[in-house]
Amino acid sequence: MTTHDEHAHPELGFWRKYIFSTDHKIIGIQYIITAMAMAVVGGVLSMLMRLQLGWPGTLWPRLEEIFPVGFAGGAMAPEFYLSLVTMHGTIMVFFLFTAVLTGGFGNYLIPLQIGARDMAFPLLNALSYWTFLLSCITILGALFAAGGAPLGGWTAYAPLSALPEMGPGQGDGMTLWILAIALFTASGLMGGLNYVTTLLTMRTKGMSMMRLPLTQWALFITAILGTLAFPVLLAAGILLTFDRIGGTSFFVPAGLFTAAGAAVEHSGGHPLLWQHLFWFFGHPEVYIVLLPAMGIASDILSTFARKPIFSYKMMVYSMSAIAFLSFIVWGHHMFLSGMNPFLGSLFTLTTLLIAIPSAVKTFNWLGTILGARIQFTVPMLFALGFVSTFISGGLSGIFLGTSASDIAMHDTYFVVGHFHLVMAVAPLFAAFAGVYFWFPKMFGRMMNMTAGKVHFWISFVGVNCVFFSMHAAGVIGHLRRIYDPTQYAFLEPVYGMNQFISISAFVLGAAQILFLVNFFASIWLGPKAGVNPWNATTLEWTVPSPPGHGNFGPELPVVERWAFDYSMPGAKEDFVMQTEAPTRVESS
Amino acid sequence: MASGSGIGKVTIPGAVLGVLLFVFVLVSIWLSVADRFWFPDLASEHGGSVDTVYVVVLIVTGIAFVATQLLLAYIVTRYGARNGEKAAYWHENARAEAILIGGTAVTLTVLVFLGQYVWYQIYFTDPPEGGMVVEATGQQFQWVFRYPGDDGVFGDLDPTLVAGTNYIGLDRNGAGADDILVVGQMHAVADQPVRVVLRSTDVIHNFHLPHMRVKQDTVPGMSIEVWFTPTETGTYEVACAELCGLGHFRMSGMLIVDATQAEFDQWLEDQLVFQ
Amino acid sequence: MPTITEDATTIRVPEPVQPLDGFGPPPRTPDEDGGGEDPRPGWRPAFPVSRGRLVLWLVLTVVVMLFAGFSSAYIILRGAPAWQNVALPASLWANTFVLLASSVTMEWTRRRTVEGDTASAKKWMAATGALGAAFLGGQILAWSELAGAGVYLASTLHSSFLYILTGMHGLHLAGGIAALAYVAAGLFRNRYSAAGHEPVTLCATYWHFMDGLWVYLFLLLTLA
Repeated sequence: MTTHDEHAHPELGFWRKYIFSTDHKIIGIQYIITAMAMAVVGGVLSMLMRLQLGWPGTLWPRLEEIFPVGFAGGAMAPEFYLSLVTMHGTIMVFFLFTAVLTGGFGNYLIPLQIGARDMAFPLLNALSYWTFLLSCITILGALFAAGGAPLGGWTAYAPLSALPEMGPGQGDGMTLWILAIALFTASGLMGGLNYVTTLLTMRTKGMSMMRLPLTQWALFITAILGTLAFPVLLAAGILLTFDRIGGTSFFVPAGLFTAAGAAVEHSGGHPLLWQHLFWFFGHPEVYIVLLPAMGIASDILSTFARKPIFSYKMMVYSMSAIAFLSFIVWGHHMFLSGMNPFLGSLFTLTTLLIAIPSAVKTFNWLGTILGARIQFTVPMLFALGFVSTFISGGLSGIFLGTSASDIAMHDTYFVVGHFHLVMAVAPLFAAFAGVYFWFPKMFGRMMNMTAGKVHFWISFVGVNCVFFSMHAAGVIGHLRRIYDPTQYAFLEPVYGMNQFISISAFVLGAAQILFLVNFFASIWLGPKAGVNPWNATTLEWTVPSPPGHGNFGPELPVVERWAFDYSMPGAKEDFVMQTEAPTRVESS
Repeated sequence: MASGSGIGKVTIPGAVLGVLLFVFVLVSIWLSVADRFWFPDLASEHGGSVDTVYVVVLIVTGIAFVATQLLLAYIVTRYGARNGEKAAYWHENARAEAILIGGTAVTLTVLVFLGQYVWYQIYFTDPPEGGMVVEATGQQFQWVFRYPGDDGVFGDLDPTLVAGTNYIGLDRNGAGADDILVVGQMHAVADQPVRVVLRSTDVIHNFHLPHMRVKQDTVPGMSIEVWFTPTETGTYEVACAELCGLGHFRMSGMLIVDATQAEFDQWLEDQLVFQ
Repeated sequence: MPTITEDATTIRVPEPVQPLDGFGPPPRTPDEDGGGEDPRPGWRPAFPVSRGRLVLWLVLTVVVMLFAGFSSAYIILRGAPAWQNVALPASLWANTFVLLASSVTMEWTRRRTVEGDTASAKKWMAATGALGAAFLGGQILAWSELAGAGVYLASTLHSSFLYILTGMHGLHLAGGIAALAYVAAGLFRNRYSAAGHEPVTLCATYWHFMDGLWVYLFLLLTLA
C-alpha cells in the first residue's frame, strides 16, 4: 500500500459512511457523541444527588411522577440515592472520561497526527465502538433492573457486591453492572491493541517517537496502561461473578448472616482480595483518564501560548514515570481497610513518589506559558483551567496519600472534592479544550466562541465553588456516600454548605447545556472553518476540514520537525508546520 | 514578525482570569484556616498528632498551592498576545528543572517521615497497661458493643445462635456467660486507654469516632484492633464511614466518656438486666 | 537572511534533506524513520517487528495480566485458614502430556513450513489440531472425574480455582484451535511457502504460549 488513491473508493451510502463505518474519524466522533449522551445521564444523576444533600427530607411530588419508585411518597429513597452514587461514578469514570479521551480523541487523532490513513485494524476499531455501545446500553439497563441499580458505589466492594441478599440493587442490577464493565473492558482492550500497534508501526516518514505531539505520547502510554490494567479488573469481575452465581467464596468469608439472621452459605474467602484486585486496576485507571488529558492540554497550551512546550523530554519521561508508578500505589486507597499497616507505610512512600513527576508536569506547563504571547481562545481558557484545577486537586491528594492524615480525611467529602478536581474536572476541562480545538477539523465548522467563553467562565467559577467547598466540608467530617447528613449532629456546620454546593452545582450543570446546544447547533450552523484555523503545527492541520477518506492526499506527509516550533526566530510566521523542511524555513 | 521578549500585553480575559485566581487563592486560605471549617473538637490523646500531621501538610501544600496559582495568575495577566509579536523561543532549562524536582523530592521526603512517625505511634504501639477492652461489631445497620464482663474474656460466637437480641450469636455457655451486649451505645472512662476489637457480621463497615480521630474498617472474617485514650468527658457520636447498604447513613451510635471508673461500673451494672 | 538558531530540535534534522525522488534507500537514522508506509521506494519501516507479531504479543500480554490476576488471588487465598486441597484428577497428567506433544508437532509444522515442505507441514498441522482437541476433551473428562468424586465448583477454594483456571485456559486454547483451523485452511490451499508463512509462525507462538501457560497453571494447582 505505497500509493493510495482516494478516488478508488466508491462513494459510500449514509449507513456505511456514518453509522457502520470503519473510518477512524467517524468512530472517534461516534465515541465522543455517545460519551456525551452518557455524560448527560451521569450529570442528571449528580444533580439529583445534590438535590437530596442540599435539602434532605424535602418532598418532591413532581419527581415522584418521574421516578415512582425512587421518590415513592415524594421523598428520595435511601437506596435510590445510593444507586445514584454508584451509577454517577461508574458512568462518569468509564463511559464518559475513559471513552471520550481514549476512545474519542484517541481514534480521531492518532492516524491524523502521525500521518497514517487509518488505524492498523479498522474493523477491530469498529468492533471496539459497537462493544462500547453495547456496554453503555447494559449499564443503563441496570437503572431499570428489578430492585434498581446497584448501591455499592463504583468500587463495588465485596462482600456487599458479592451477596445479592445484602441490599436492593445488588441482584440483577449488580449483575448488569458487572456485565457492562466486562464489555467495556473488552472494548477498551480492543482499542488499546489498536492504538499501540498503530502508533508503533504506522508513523509516517520522519515522525520519530520523539517528534510525536504530546497527545500521541499520552495516548500511547495510556494504551499500554489499559492493556496491563483492564485484564486484572476482568479477572476480578470473573471471580466476583462466580461468587454471585456459582456459590464460590473468593471474597466472602465464613460465618456471615443477614440482618434478618439468615446464614450466608459461603466460606473461606477474603474481602480485602477484591480491594487489592480492584485498586490494582483502579489506580492506573485514574491515569488512563488523566494522561490523555495532560497530553491534550500540553499541546493546546503550547499552541495558544505561541511558544514551544517547555522540556518536551521531561514531559515524556514524567508521563512514563507516572504510568509505571501507578501500578505500585494502589494500597493508598486501603490505608484503613485492615491491610497490614506496614504496607500502609510502603504505599505512602510510593504515593508521594508519584507526586514528583506530577509536579514536573506542572512546572513544565507554567514554563511553557512563561514568556508567551497567550491567545485567550476558548480551548486555551479550558487548558488553563485544566492546569489550575490539576494543581488544586493534585495538592489535596497529598493529605490523602499521607497515611496518618488520611485517618481524618478518609471517606469524607475531602476525598470527593480531591478526586473530582483531579480526575473529573481536570480531564473534563481538557476534553472541552479538545472539543473546541478540534471541532473545526471534525465538522468543518467553528463552534460559537462567545457561547464557549460564557461556558468556560461559569464552569471555572462553578467547579471551584463546588469542589473546594467539598474539601472544607470533608475537614469538618462530612462523610461521603451518606444519604442524609442531618443524621449526625457533628455535621451541623455542613448543612448550609451543602445548599451552597448544590446551588453552585445546578448553575454548573446548566452551563453544560449551553455547551451541548453550541456543539450540535455548530455542526450545521457554525461558520466554515479553514484548513488551519488556529495556526497550529501538527499534521491534521495540513488537510481539509473535515479530512477526506484516507486522511491525506495521494502522498503521505513527510515530517521534518517536532510539533512545537512556535515563534521560531527567523521563521516568517509564528508557527512552523511539522512538514516544513528546515531549508525552506531558512530561505523564507 | 517582531521577535518577542519581556512581558506581553495585559488582555481582558487574561486579567479576569488572573483576578479570579487571586480571589480563589484568598477564599481557599479562608476555607483552610477558619475555625468554622475545622475538625470536630478533639477529645483523644493521639488525635492531636493526627491533626498536627494535617496542619504540617496544610502548610507545605498551602505554600505550593499559593505559589503556583499566583504564578499562573501573574503569567496569564502579563503575557497576553500583542499584535504581530512572537513569543520567546526557549524550551529547556535543565538547571531550573533540577532545582524544582530536587526541592519537591526533599519536601515530600520530610512529609513522608513525619507522617510515618505518627502512623507508627498509632498502629505499632501497644496500648498502655490497665485499659479496658470492648468489642464493636458492625452489622446492617447498627453497632453492637460487647464488654467481656468480670472474667475479662470474650465468649465464643456462633452464627447459628443469632436470634432476638443476641445479634452477634453469642454463646452464653462458658466464657460468654458474663459478656455484656449493648446496641448503639459504648462507654469509656476519661484518660483511660480503650482497646476496641472490630468485627463485622455481614459487609464492610467503618468504625468512626470523629472526635477521637479514630477511623477503621470493620471487615467480615477479620478482627482488627485499634486503641485510643479519650481525654474529655461527654457524649460523642459513632459513625459508619464505609458504604454498607441502604441504611448506611443511619448506622450511628453513641460514645459516652465517663469522668470516673465508678460511673462506668455503675452503667455496666445497669446493663446486666438487659442481658 | 535570517538563519535558524541552533537548538535541540533543528540540529537533529540531518542535512541536507534527502530529495523525495532520491535513488535507493535513504540513510536510516533511528530518529528519522517513522514506522509506517513511506512514499519513497526502498524505505523500510523503523519498527523492527511486524504488525501481526506485535499485536500477538500484545494479546499475550493481556492474557498474562488476566492470569496474573487469577494467580495473585490464588496465592493470597492459599494462605487462608479455610483452604482445603482437593485431589487433582489423574487424567490431568495425561492431558499435560498430550498438550506438550501438540507443542512438538506444532513446532514441526512451523519448521516444515519455513523450509517449504508444506506436504509434511500439513500432516503435522493435522496432528496438532487432533492433539489440541484431545486435550480439551481430556480436560472435560477431568472435570467429570472431579464431579464424580463429589468435588464441585463451590466445594473448596482449591476446587473453585481448579475449575475456573482450567476453564479459562480451555477457552483460550479453544481460541488457539480456531486460529489453527484458520491457518490450516490457508496451508491446505497452499497459501504459505518458505517465503511467506507469518500466520503459521504466529499460530505456533500462541500455541507454545498456551502450552507454557498450562504447565504454569498445573504447577500452581499441584504445588502451591
